[in-house]
Amino acid sequence: MRDVAGIVLIVAAGMAGYWLFPDNLALLTRVIAVALLVLSIDLIVGYCGVATLGQAALFGAGAYAAGIACVNGVTEPLTLIAIGALAGAVAGLLMGTIMLRAHGLAQLVLSIAIVQLFHEAANKASAYTGGSDGLAGLTVGPLFGVFEFDLWGQTAYLFGLALLVLVFIALKFVVSSPFGMLCRGIKEDPVRIKAMGSFVFPVLLKMFVISGAVAGIGGALAAISTQVVGLDSVSFELSANSLVMLVLGGLGTLYGALVGTVIFMGFEHAVSAINPFHWMTMVGALLIAVVLAAPGGLSGLLEKITASGKRTRGGRA
Amino acid sequence: MSDLFRVEGLTKNFGGLAVSREISLAMPAGERLALIGPNGAGKTTFVNLVTGQLQPSAGRVVLNGEDVTGLGAVERVRKGLVRTFQVTRLFSDMTPEEHVTLTVLQRERKATRILSRFRGNAEVAGEVEGLLGTLGLLEVARRKVGEIAYGQQRLLEIAIALALRPKVLLLDEPAAGVPSSDTPRIEQALERLPPELAVLMIEHDMDLVFRFAKRVVVLAAGEIIFKGVPSEVAANSRVREAYLGNYANARSVA
Amino acid sequence: MQTILSIAIDAFAYGMALFIICIGLSLTMGLMRVVNLAHGAFAMIAGYIASYAARDLGLGYAIAIFLAIIGTIVISIPLERLLYRRIYGSPQLTQVLMTIGITFCVIGITNYFFGPTLKTIPLPGSLSQSVNVGFKTIAAHRLFVMACGVVVALGLWFLIEKTAFGIKLRATVDNAAMADALGVRTQVVYAVSFAIAIGLAALGGVVGAEFLPIEPYYALRYMVTFLVVVSVGGAGSIPGAVVACLLLGAVDTTGRYLMPEFGNFFFYAAVIAIVCVFPRGFFGRAQ
Repeated sequence: MRDVAGIVLIVAAGMAGYWLFPDNLALLTRVIAVALLVLSIDLIVGYCGVATLGQAALFGAGAYAAGIACVNGVTEPLTLIAIGALAGAVAGLLMGTIMLRAHGLAQLVLSIAIVQLFHEAANKASAYTGGSDGLAGLTVGPLFGVFEFDLWGQTAYLFGLALLVLVFIALKFVVSSPFGMLCRGIKEDPVRIKAMGSFVFPVLLKMFVISGAVAGIGGALAAISTQVVGLDSVSFELSANSLVMLVLGGLGTLYGALVGTVIFMGFEHAVSAINPFHWMTMVGALLIAVVLAAPGGLSGLLEKITASGKRTRGGRA
Repeated sequence: MSDLFRVEGLTKNFGGLAVSREISLAMPAGERLALIGPNGAGKTTFVNLVTGQLQPSAGRVVLNGEDVTGLGAVERVRKGLVRTFQVTRLFSDMTPEEHVTLTVLQRERKATRILSRFRGNAEVAGEVEGLLGTLGLLEVARRKVGEIAYGQQRLLEIAIALALRPKVLLLDEPAAGVPSSDTPRIEQALERLPPELAVLMIEHDMDLVFRFAKRVVVLAAGEIIFKGVPSEVAANSRVREAYLGNYANARSVA
Repeated sequence: MQTILSIAIDAFAYGMALFIICIGLSLTMGLMRVVNLAHGAFAMIAGYIASYAARDLGLGYAIAIFLAIIGTIVISIPLERLLYRRIYGSPQLTQVLMTIGITFCVIGITNYFFGPTLKTIPLPGSLSQSVNVGFKTIAAHRLFVMACGVVVALGLWFLIEKTAFGIKLRATVDNAAMADALGVRTQVVYAVSFAIAIGLAALGGVVGAEFLPIEPYYALRYMVTFLVVVSVGGAGSIPGAVVACLLLGAVDTTGRYLMPEFGNFFFYAAVIAIVCVFPRGFFGRAQ
């Protein structure tokens, strides 16, 4: 019941954005694309406890795959999204296979090295990716053969919002499935999970693939809506920023990922227009404050406030 | 040959130090064996060797006539070799019901499914309720583990182990850290363990050992120094020297 | 042959510059178990101070270096007291987030005061000329950096292995509670080690500015490089850091000389290969 209410709330907020900021739909679509990326990080960091600073590798894989397919004549938007999801999933498989060999610091460093390697590869393969100029000239066909992607970005935004809601619902099922519970267990104590007779590596790898698909969808959406794919979509900066958004919103809850993205990007838009360095100072201070004062992020804080009266209920997540 | 479970010459060296030396023992189905020994005797190392958390330097572990020494911890659990932990290892954010459900689903190879609901299976739910009922955990089934009493957490450890339908169960100090007022509940749970199950229990509480075990093995400095029935333990001079001397002193003080 | 020599000399000098900066991070991570992503931010602060002292105030290079080191350490003390102390022993993700936060703040504030332009640190005449070493002429600055690297490596080795402080430090690392009980003031040991690490970052930031230019996003741009070097070498190991810096410096410099179009491709490919084979780094201690 709570989940239905939550999804209604997401749709309502999305539509409110559509009516309130008709001139900023491009930005709002970007927020949705990044929200998908942040959700994908949440699956790995929040639900499995694997720290990553390289998730943009998967986002970028989706973006470039969709972009290259589009330049080469595949213009049907849903197909492009599917291509992005597939490319992200494959990249997730690769990234998981490498990262899960290590633990702790080495794992974190591997995640960074992978995103940097992807970045350099995309830069080098300029014949396919456009290198540092970016891959431009994507012309996407109409959605369902009817709705053109217009100059104001209305179609792109509504398409993105629908995608986000669908992915969100799917992920709600994933995290509350037996598999999702198993991941939560692994996050807390992999030794215990092994003593329950379950392997750890294949479970985490599976989550990497799912996470990759979600990030890939985000990347493909970004490619379709902006009609450009730039090197910044496979950058360490994007990876680090989206991790910050997640932590800001709250690890290990899907709502937290959305809240964090919206707030972070909203403020970024407002403050960095004035001075990008003020923005950095602000994010830095906010991050320090969250780590010191609210380790559960904003959604955790909210939950604490609302749940302070009804602690006995517990149990149901 | 009728032994359900056997270890032969199990040896583990850390550097030059032998923490397990040539340990051999056998357990038929329905066995109730207690493994005792002073601190540092290598009891938990032994459990780790048997369950595959550690690889032995030499020796074999045989379950149901099959050599499982080369298998990892997970495969051994799946073959029915199950342990509990000396210090409980539970997920503080989950409820007992969720722990046992996850375990049962895992046993049925359904725990990695994405396209099914965690509580969607009535048969599983029934089994979980049965297990929690047997161990007296029904009233806290939906409380987070972090909020329930330590004695109840220990019972949950046993419930998880039983949910795996083990053939051999290794209990690593099932009553450790439990206030004495709660030990009777643990003991009750131990008495109700399935009769055909082979149980090896490590325990410091000698009263519990004497009531529970049909046989006792004493480990000191990584070596077995005594095998026999509980009534003979106290009379054995090597055991006295290594262990019960201290124990007897402690009791006379208490 | 000339090319190979040039590459070798550049690689060695670059590796040494990296070493001076990274060894401080290696100490914080290996000995104090703090993943300090803000390490580069301190090198950047030092670069700004040195640039201000040498260029705007017209002070000498040596004085600029001295001021930069002292200034950076002074700035780091309240940060250690107020922020770092709270994350000693925290999970890695917490440390990562906190220190990324500090990095962002440092970048924002530094640029608010000094403006978002590239800062140069003018070299004195003696370092900007070339020196003939028999088989080749080398820029004097390169030699200076190499010398600094060697001095830092030997000095640290001496400090950790041969002095009373080194004994206390190693005792604290092995078992803080025990060291405390034996009368070692571990808080002080931590604070001093932190200050040494920051001082080294500052020194490296200034003398390495020829290789890693001081600019607004310095702290973020090289954060990854520094972290990578430390994890490849093995946190807390001086020989590990030397090997890692020289090896990665060589891979990077060779790649840039011979295949500039590939950028850092080989650097990161090498990192992934090394970390996969040696998850604790070349000389990492078992955890």
